[in-house]
Amino acid sequence: MTDQEKILNEVTDSDYKFGFQTNIDTETIPKGLNEEVVRIISAKKEEPKWLTESRLKAFRHWQTMKMPQWAHLRIPEINYQDIIFYAAPKQEAKYENMDEVDPELIDTFNRLGIPLEEQKQLAGVAVDAVMDSVSVKTTFQDTLADKGIIFCSFSDAVKNHPDLIKKYMGSVVPYTDNYFAALNSAVFSDGSFCYIPKGVHCPMELSTYFRINAANTGQFERTLIVAEDDSFVSYLEGCTAPMRDENQLHAAIVEIVAGENTEVKYSTVQNWYPGNKEGKGGIYNFVTKRGICRGDNSKISWTQVETGSAVTWKYPSCILKGNNSVGEFYSVAVTNNYQQADTGTKMIHIGKNTRSTIISKGISAGKSENSYRGLVKVLKSAENARNYSQCDSLLLGDKCGAHTFPYLEVDNRSAVVEHEATTSKIGEDQIFYCNQRGIDTENAISLIVNGYAKEVLNKLPMEFAVEAQKLLAITLEGSVG
Amino acid sequence: MQTLDKYLELFHKYRKQIGRDDLPYVKEMRDAAILSFQQSGFPGRKEERYKYTHLEPVFDGELSFDFQPRKIDYDEAEIFSCDVPMLDSNVLTVLNGFFHHPETEALISLNNGIIYGSLKEASTQYPDLVKKYLGKIASSNDEPFVALNTAFSQDGIFLYIPEGVRMERPIQIINLLLSDKNQIVQHRNLFVLEKNAEAQVIVCDHTLSPQMFLTNSVSEVYTGENANLDLLRLQNEHNNSCQVTNTWINQDRNSNCQHGTITLHGGIVRNNLRINMEGEGAETSTLGLFLTDKMQHVDSYTVIEHSKPHCTSNQYYKGVLDDASTGAFNGKIHVHPDAQMTKAFQSNNNILLSDAARMYTKPRLEIYADDVKCSHGATVGQLDEEGLFYLQSRGIAKDESRLMLMDAFTWDVISKIKQPSLRGRITELVGKRLRGELSRCNNCAMHCD
Repeated sequence: MTDQEKILNEVTDSDYKFGFQTNIDTETIPKGLNEEVVRIISAKKEEPKWLTESRLKAFRHWQTMKMPQWAHLRIPEINYQDIIFYAAPKQEAKYENMDEVDPELIDTFNRLGIPLEEQKQLAGVAVDAVMDSVSVKTTFQDTLADKGIIFCSFSDAVKNHPDLIKKYMGSVVPYTDNYFAALNSAVFSDGSFCYIPKGVHCPMELSTYFRINAANTGQFERTLIVAEDDSFVSYLEGCTAPMRDENQLHAAIVEIVAGENTEVKYSTVQNWYPGNKEGKGGIYNFVTKRGICRGDNSKISWTQVETGSAVTWKYPSCILKGNNSVGEFYSVAVTNNYQQADTGTKMIHIGKNTRSTIISKGISAGKSENSYRGLVKVLKSAENARNYSQCDSLLLGDKCGAHTFPYLEVDNRSAVVEHEATTSKIGEDQIFYCNQRGIDTENAISLIVNGYAKEVLNKLPMEFAVEAQKLLAITLEGSVG
Repeated sequence: MQTLDKYLELFHKYRKQIGRDDLPYVKEMRDAAILSFQQSGFPGRKEERYKYTHLEPVFDGELSFDFQPRKIDYDEAEIFSCDVPMLDSNVLTVLNGFFHHPETEALISLNNGIIYGSLKEASTQYPDLVKKYLGKIASSNDEPFVALNTAFSQDGIFLYIPEGVRMERPIQIINLLLSDKNQIVQHRNLFVLEKNAEAQVIVCDHTLSPQMFLTNSVSEVYTGENANLDLLRLQNEHNNSCQVTNTWINQDRNSNCQHGTITLHGGIVRNNLRINMEGEGAETSTLGLFLTDKMQHVDSYTVIEHSKPHCTSNQYYKGVLDDASTGAFNGKIHVHPDAQMTKAFQSNNNILLSDAARMYTKPRLEIYADDVKCSHGATVGQLDEEGLFYLQSRGIAKDESRLMLMDAFTWDVISKIKQPSLRGRITELVGKRLRGELSRCNNCAMHCD
């Protein structure tokens, strides 16, 4: 066995680092999904009637739909009657100060590397920590409130800002959009809501950590970000999940509404439990993420680092409706062992002079399958639309697969659309070059992979880059220093 | 559903006529094919492979179908006119899907062992040879239109080059469509090149009467070890026609195959190409060029299977779209788990000249081996403004500048045609096409609609 193979094997064998479980009593409802369950969820969250109705409408629609089969994924049939659709930590008290927070919960966050007590000192990061489904602690709310920014859990927003929720919820991703969007619209548990008023430049990075905790529960978050004209916000979302044997379902919706001259930056680091080396367990991650540039000169930027989940099905998209609006998608997706990822983006060009950039880097190892699937659609109205896509795949091992499925649909002659994709393994000459300059093979692979993903990692906000690098290091353990 | 039933009924009603001289294995093949077609049906819009081309309505039209060559009055001079007349080649004429041979035998055997002519005749004269390949390369289960062709096909061209023989002159197959009523034509070709053989085949399509023609053809090609094949298809039908071509190529060890499709005219064109490199070290290069205007629709669907290590494939597809024409490109490179040291390249560039023109492109890579170098690129754009300005600033009129840029754009593909005289002729045809001139004689009324 050569050094390189050894390192690749180590990489493939590395364990999930964040596999621990917090022992907090959770309040759950019985398994299964029916209208009654939807009503119970709604009632537990003390929701107004219109929201209950909207859930039921979504649920009825979901019942008429079938699980989509087009993705390059092998997903065992999901028994929706065997899933608990609502779980909330039992200690639901509103905390006045940090001392009242369950020490074990604090410990969990400490081990995740996001010590809650240090949050206030941390460089301008406000964290809305979602533990299973109910928001536990929201920090920096006062600072944000001064600026008129609303950043709270989705259920709080339903109580306190029903008009905004009513106006924007489902406006980008309607419940009819797809199978998992319908499911989420029916049973969503909680999530985050963020509202940036007109002309406000959000002074800090907003971030949320999701964490699936109670066994056998699905988590269905919903995030809604509304940025009014002339505003700016950078939003971070990070996920780590403890080790679990049974598959867990995760179907989320993220909606972004951007006004005129607005910039929204959405960054994700996703590291749900990917299953063990035999491909047992792991999270099913079905996410619908979409943003719309409603006004002119707006920009929506998606950055994602995907290292976890047994199955990832995720296509953060931009609808570029306003003239001169810009959509960006930067992604690093790493799959190992039996992981499967089918991820990419959709760029819908509607307005004039709209531009979009897609940079996708896939790294597959072990027996995993990694696909890029993206659509660039230029409508007739999109004069001078411009798109550039680049999708590269790196293969580490001869049992894995890397696939590219780009769709380019162009309906305007002034549009310029470009797509490029390459697939290769780490070149022996590259490693040899490093070796002869005194860099050992392990570090050489680390160097090359880092350089390969750098284009995307550079787009992450400072606060997140550290965690992203950590996750890459864990997934490619033994090769990244 | 109804269209499917129509064809099933047609098949069962005329079962005897369709397979009147069939050998038992062909009979079985037809039965299996119609069963497979019954199961798959016409591909609908929901089917990924046919997302942009909906063919069922075309097949639903009032179309007559010939079980035997029909006697048709034609003008001798007209029938031998062709787009590539200068070439010193063996010309084989296919009239409405049947090998047309008023002056020769149905099957021609040369001294050096080369056999060419009617496939139907070959399957009776050389049953073992034909049986070895017929239906083995293009599977009815993969593609509904192959199944439909297998069930109905009557005749076509058979070409056999024995081991070590090099065919000096190219074979030129001219598919002529001439009828007094709307017609469906389903012919089938089989080209076999044994070890170390070499051949060049040019296929041209012509419609000689303004009726609506629907062609659904299948070409099965086998290139043996170290064989060398150059296959070029020139599509030039009138805009009231529809053409579905299915070309299935199996390449053995170290064989080399160049496949080209040049589409100048034609209403709805769908080209299915599947190349399976089942031997190590095979090389393939596919070219595609389409120039569309009016309501034309051209859809190129290619699958390159890298089944074995050390194979190389290159694909160059280009399109120029004007008026309300639509184009689609769907190319897949599939690298199988053990196909290490694969090199695969695929490019698709398109120019939209008008606001109503549309292009859908979908290059795909499916890779299951790690030691590979695969890449693809796709672009959709318009003529380069700066290039236009540069030429105009040097005193070249705007229209002429546009033509020059388009010429240069198409030249990338044309320049890869190996045979110099053919390359020259294609350049001329494409140039004429871009200028909107007629490529054929002036009294021909076919392309002026």
